[in-house]
Amino acid sequence: MDWTAIAVTVKLAALTTLVLAVIGLPLAYWLATTRRRWRPVVDAAVAIPLLLPPTVLGFYFLMSTGPETVPGRVYARLVGGTLPFSFTGILIASVLYNLPFAVRPFASGFAAVDRRLIEAARCLGASGSRTFLTVVLPLSWPAVAAGLVLAFAHTVGEFGVVLMVGGNIPGVTRTIALAIYDDVQAFDYGAANEASAALLVFAVTVLAVTYALQRRTLAL
Amino acid sequence: MTLLDVDFEFRYSSGAGVLCQWKDPVGDPRVTVFLGASGSGKTTVLRCLAGLERPERGHIRFGDHVWFDAARRIHLPPDHRDVGVLFQDYALFPHLTVAQNVAFGARHLSRAAVAARVGELLETFRLRGLEERVPRQLSGGQQQRVALARAVFRRPKLLLLDEPLSAVDRPTGDELREELRTLIRALAIPAYIVSHDRVDALTLADRTVLVDDGRIIQSGTTADVFDHPASPAAARLVGIDTILLGRIAASEDGLATIVVAGQEIRAQAPAEVGHEAALLIRAEDVALARHDVTDSSVMNRWRARVITHAREGPFVRVALDCGFRLSSLVTREAWHRLALQPGDDAWAIVKAASIRALPRN
Repeated sequence: MDWTAIAVTVKLAALTTLVLAVIGLPLAYWLATTRRRWRPVVDAAVAIPLLLPPTVLGFYFLMSTGPETVPGRVYARLVGGTLPFSFTGILIASVLYNLPFAVRPFASGFAAVDRRLIEAARCLGASGSRTFLTVVLPLSWPAVAAGLVLAFAHTVGEFGVVLMVGGNIPGVTRTIALAIYDDVQAFDYGAANEASAALLVFAVTVLAVTYALQRRTLAL
Repeated sequence: MTLLDVDFEFRYSSGAGVLCQWKDPVGDPRVTVFLGASGSGKTTVLRCLAGLERPERGHIRFGDHVWFDAARRIHLPPDHRDVGVLFQDYALFPHLTVAQNVAFGARHLSRAAVAARVGELLETFRLRGLEERVPRQLSGGQQQRVALARAVFRRPKLLLLDEPLSAVDRPTGDELREELRTLIRALAIPAYIVSHDRVDALTLADRTVLVDDGRIIQSGTTADVFDHPASPAAARLVGIDTILLGRIAASEDGLATIVVAGQEIRAQAPAEVGHEAALLIRAEDVALARHDVTDSSVMNRWRARVITHAREGPFVRVALDCGFRLSSLVTREAWHRLALQPGDDAWAIVKAASIRALPRN
């Protein structure tokens, strides 16, 4: 087992999930409750990675964050270094790529919360954020949990974006999916088999958890 | 006395609108019912007052507070308006217990203060022993009381009730209405109630506001609005049958004598002697006779003068003056047999059992 690659993968997946919780929950709540006209546009933008090949996203990410670009220069000035071929680079790309896998379950969970309960909370003096924490979240947590689990699992199995943006640097950007690819290229089928089997078991477990959470949402 | 000054226009995305304009001194616990058919816009008026909808233009002021002012771009969110709202099917939080629902509005209060207030409200609303239940384990009446207790936890300046009785069937509704009447009086908070049922206005309201097609078409004291509907639309809303308001003069074995304009009316007692009552009499329940009928079971026989008559299909609708106005619906055959003319004297006959008597205020 390539434990270094597994460590990079877990770190990437955990941080991606964390960032998605921080920016994805408010975004999903906004999408689920707003009546603004341009909501469908934002909805579509979030969903783009579902249809786009990961390599395309990776390509545009590279093109827009290189050392010669404005974002690249700002990043170099503020943080130092470059985004492409760094861990931060694959983290940002991975957050963008996983946005729909977290936001869509969040949003459908929030949308299923009876709107009148939200209105009732507001009329009882609760602010928007307090309403979210005391009414919306307790009534939709299975959907939120499902979204986080899906985002985590999807990052663990991510290949195209990480390869394009991260390069395949051992200990930095080389995840388990890339390690399997390398093993196969090197005709090391034994190692590839071991890692693949581990990922398969992981995927099946995650799906079982997700479906259990979805049943829970329906029952609530 | 605080003044509620409302003048706004609300537009639905369909293009239809609600125009709302009235000034109303709010105080010395007064109950106002917004009476209108479904789709008339009365719920929208309530939602605009609560801050759940934002009107297109105009203003809403409550005393010194500006809740909404389109020109000054002011729109206070519901949590800054100090109103208590009772939603149509109560909107209790399903994941919280009765006690937690009631205490939901608690802010900046010590644990002990919250517990004291919750205990006080559970007592008032007869919810003792149900603290740990969740909403789906409660009856309709209990849910209504929890919702009301929750709405008044923060002692709001104004209570807004959206169709409080429409979620239940009629016998339960009558029971809940009675309870609601008592509670609202006990709370001593001015209340605005939206309803499509004139019985709500007759039993609960000091003032009635008639809403039709997105407009306020009449407002005033309930007695005045029901006695003198100012337009055909208003008459349709308050109903064409006879509605009488009177005082219960005597009551024996559940049968009351209610005095209206000097006439004695016998009906099932809706409340104790001395209380106000509203009587609903359907025109088809009023029979006519040329002479007094003393040997029948009928309890109500009133001397009446025929005012007008009009054909209505196989029937004739007769307007009578018995000291109060009374409407009677008889067959054309019977009408011809009686051979009555406007100005003639006759007798109006109504069984006590067919009069719907309701307690008032």
